[in-house]
Amino acid sequence: MSDKKIIPAPLANEGLPPDERGLFCDAAPREYEPARGIMEDFANWARSESLWILGFGTGCGAIELRPLMTSRFDMYRYGIQPRPTPRQSSVFVIGGYASVKTLKRIVRSYEQMMGPKFVVALGSCTINGGMYWDSYNTIKRIDQYIPVDVYITGCMPRPEALLAGFQELKKIIRAGRAEGQNEYARNFEWFKANQKKVIKDWNMPDYNW
Amino acid sequence: MEPTLLGRIGYAFLSLFVITNYGLLLIGSMARISAKVQGRVGQPVYQPYIDIIKSSVKRNAISHGIMFYLGPVFRLAGGVGTYMFIPAVFGSVVFRNFSDSGDLLLVMYFIFFGQLGMALGAGEGGHPYSAIGVSRGLAQMTAFEVPFALSVIAVAIQYGTLDINAIVGAQQGGFLNWTLFTNPLAVVAAIIAFLGMSMHNPFSVVIAPQEIPIGPPTEYQANLLGMLQTNRAIFNGAKLVLYMNLFFGGATNILVMVVKTFLIYFINVFVGQAFPRFRTDQSIRFFLGVPTLIGIASVIIAAV
Repeated sequence: MSDKKIIPAPLANEGLPPDERGLFCDAAPREYEPARGIMEDFANWARSESLWILGFGTGCGAIELRPLMTSRFDMYRYGIQPRPTPRQSSVFVIGGYASVKTLKRIVRSYEQMMGPKFVVALGSCTINGGMYWDSYNTIKRIDQYIPVDVYITGCMPRPEALLAGFQELKKIIRAGRAEGQNEYARNFEWFKANQKKVIKDWNMPDYNW
Repeated sequence: MEPTLLGRIGYAFLSLFVITNYGLLLIGSMARISAKVQGRVGQPVYQPYIDIIKSSVKRNAISHGIMFYLGPVFRLAGGVGTYMFIPAVFGSVVFRNFSDSGDLLLVMYFIFFGQLGMALGAGEGGHPYSAIGVSRGLAQMTAFEVPFALSVIAVAIQYGTLDINAIVGAQQGGFLNWTLFTNPLAVVAAIIAFLGMSMHNPFSVVIAPQEIPIGPPTEYQANLLGMLQTNRAIFNGAKLVLYMNLFFGGATNILVMVVKTFLIYFINVFVGQAFPRFRTDQSIRFFLGVPTLIGIASVIIAAV
């Protein structure tokens, strides 16, 4: 990331009308120190065994989440369940290509999630743009805009691949390596600059608290 | 031997601990049974525990003001309060809780107290879906309260008391003494109200797990959500114990309590898996129709 030009992004909520600025947070997110030793291991175990997916289908890949819920693949047995609000969910599944318009919603939803939060990006489009690599209104690499823990390749990945991806995510969480929230806070300005580079009509708060 | 006040408080904590764990296991096992009906394997029985632990170890949380914190507190107070005034096991010193004469009215108040507190807290959250969930919840609550209150009135008339302990005592000595057999209309009305109270299908539009994000607790997260989840277990347990006491002869030991409450809760799952969901207006019309008439009939029969 060091080769990228870092543009300082002060949180002024400039995209908002003046009377709405006070309604939103203007403090940058901060890093949270993990607990030490066995407490953190236990917490990580609980986090990995209770993955609540934000039920926000971004792009065509979200169709792969439906078979996961129903009887054939049944993700509930792995402690994975959908949750309709970002406040309560801990996993954000980016379902394939993200248009700039969707990216705004992705960023807003991601920032509203409570940490520790994890991101699973599925499909080739989230890795290098996939078949939309030269599109004028989709982004190519989702991890330039929000931190990603697990990528699942394929176009489309099968539900089995998603389940394998979730198992991988569980391993990462248990190992204590899923610190996307802290990474986002650490490189906040870089992420924000990248987001603002592609989102031209920035009419939302800088940090969605 | 009559325990001291301190002893009773200690027993109350023990009783609360038991009902919390029982309620959590009940939720977990019912989720698993529902999954089996749908041809799935389903989540582990202990999943509610993990969910609560996970919610409690979240690293950050947001606030929307004081009322936002008080919402779950009221809800939990409603759940604990409901349970604390119901004798869980008839004749037991440990599970007697703080039941006293006239506690049936208090319990009925506590059942609805939590929901009102939650409505205030969820309103403070400012999320439009919370407000929709709250309005749906309160509308449905007002509707199912009518058959429930009527059947409680019928039971009170029948036994001539508002003391839950006395009501359970009157039903002892064989299952034919249960309210289920002595006053079946009241039980039918109350069981239909119970379906609405526990917000399973077909009356799950308040929670509406997918369309309206999760109803009133939309904005709740982290340890506040953990509190709500814990309360759900306690409150479920309390309602089940109340129904068991009023209509199914109570329990003389903890094993009977577990079996009876499990079967009462199973009615929910049984109906919920078989019927699709009502809209709010449909469920209000439903509750104010046949169940209310059954309730009135039970009151009239008990009175004459």
